Amino acid sequence: MSAPSAVVVVGASAAGLAVAETLRRERFDGRITLIGEEPELPYDRPPLSKEILSGRWQADRARLRDPAAVDRLGLDLRLGTSAESVDQAARRVLLADGTVVGYEELVITTGVRARRLPGIEGVAGVHVLRTLADVAALRVALSTKPRLVIVGAGFLGAEAASVAVQAGAEVSLVSDLDAPLADVLGPELGAGLVDLHRDHGVEVLTGVKVAEIVTEGARATGVRLVDGRTVTADAVLMAIGSVPNTEWLAGSGIPTDNGVLCDEYCRAAPHVWAAGDVANWFHRGLSERVRIEHRTNAGEQGMAVARNILSAGRPTAFQPVPYIWSDQYDRKIQIYGLPRGADRFAVTKGSIVDRELLALYGKNGTVRAAVGINMNRALRSARQFLVTPTPWEAGTA
Amino acid sequence: MQITVAEEHCCGAGQCVLAAPDVFDQRDEDGVVVLLDATPPESQRAAVLDAAAVCPAAAIAVHE
Repeated sequence: MSAPSAVVVVGASAAGLAVAETLRRERFDGRITLIGEEPELPYDRPPLSKEILSGRWQADRARLRDPAAVDRLGLDLRLGTSAESVDQAARRVLLADGTVVGYEELVITTGVRARRLPGIEGVAGVHVLRTLADVAALRVALSTKPRLVIVGAGFLGAEAASVAVQAGAEVSLVSDLDAPLADVLGPELGAGLVDLHRDHGVEVLTGVKVAEIVTEGARATGVRLVDGRTVTADAVLMAIGSVPNTEWLAGSGIPTDNGVLCDEYCRAAPHVWAAGDVANWFHRGLSERVRIEHRTNAGEQGMAVARNILSAGRPTAFQPVPYIWSDQYDRKIQIYGLPRGADRFAVTKGSIVDRELLALYGKNGTVRAAVGINMNRALRSARQFLVTPTPWEAGTA
Repeated sequence: MQITVAEEHCCGAGQCVLAAPDVFDQRDEDGVVVLLDATPPESQRAAVLDAAAVCPAAAIAVHE
């Protein structure tokens, strides 16, 4: 099996860039076509809800590489156009601008998009936060120190609440869970996060769903909750999760179900691979399918796919220790592993009250995740529990 | 090979230390990257490029 001569990467964000860069570093000198729907050069998304939203950074600081570094990769770069369909038999991708690009190997890194409540088409004052354009619009809204209601209290909603209230907005954070991030971090840390937000002046409404956006004319004036209450607002941010961008693969024969379905090598079909937020792959170490919407995974999985493409038929299973971080106020939450779905929880250092702690999560008798809040050193030591399967009793001893 | 790190971008993941422990370390108090060797030998090239690529904050720049 010889190296391919043409690789097409659909999706020009962190994962797609990692594929292209790694191919070049591994001395692949064939054509790399990188296709991106957004007009911008590849940029980083974690700062959007942090440094860019707060205004501490200008938008161009989110760039993953400067234009000269992108140039040096010698890419066939197609920005501002999306891929419409794949013909697997002919190994071709059809683009929205009507052009057709042939591939020997195809990598799908189309990521996810923000989920939206239905019925908000054309309604002013309703925001999502996924792209540079989204954050620019939200910054304009924040500049008026508005009443802002944030629907959804996951990492994105919680980070946006933190930035917005510090920017002078009057913020209500609405979660259908009993606490922000309770589905990921469990009820104990979730309760601690409710207090964190309230102490900074955010109104936190938990355990309640939003029924609809209330509008006047074509402008949002708040949200109506399922229990009948209305939260009035000048602007609404929807942070209710995301949807994998896989519709364009319909009819291609490439399997999709909550992302692009891949084996443990991140391969979805012969000559077709996926990486980043859109990839739903079998993690051998965890013995289950996972799809991880986080920055670290995008880079690592992009690298892994590039290497597997060049592996001459001897791919390596991709089984990383996932890493996530979130900045909220002066707290840094860092997570190794996957706490979601754990059946054991223990704070092994520090305390929830002090908002400085190391917590372990277990499942089926084994340590499954380690979470630190402003506790970097101890967390680093705990990472080893995820690298080598560690019995719960040994981890918490 | 010349390396620069943007401390203000660093998110303390420690991925660089795992990839190239002879070149990168982390501060104890907050995990922010510490550059041990700004001009590492050629033998470190592959490890350093890996570290730059896996950095989730894109905080490591490698100048040839």
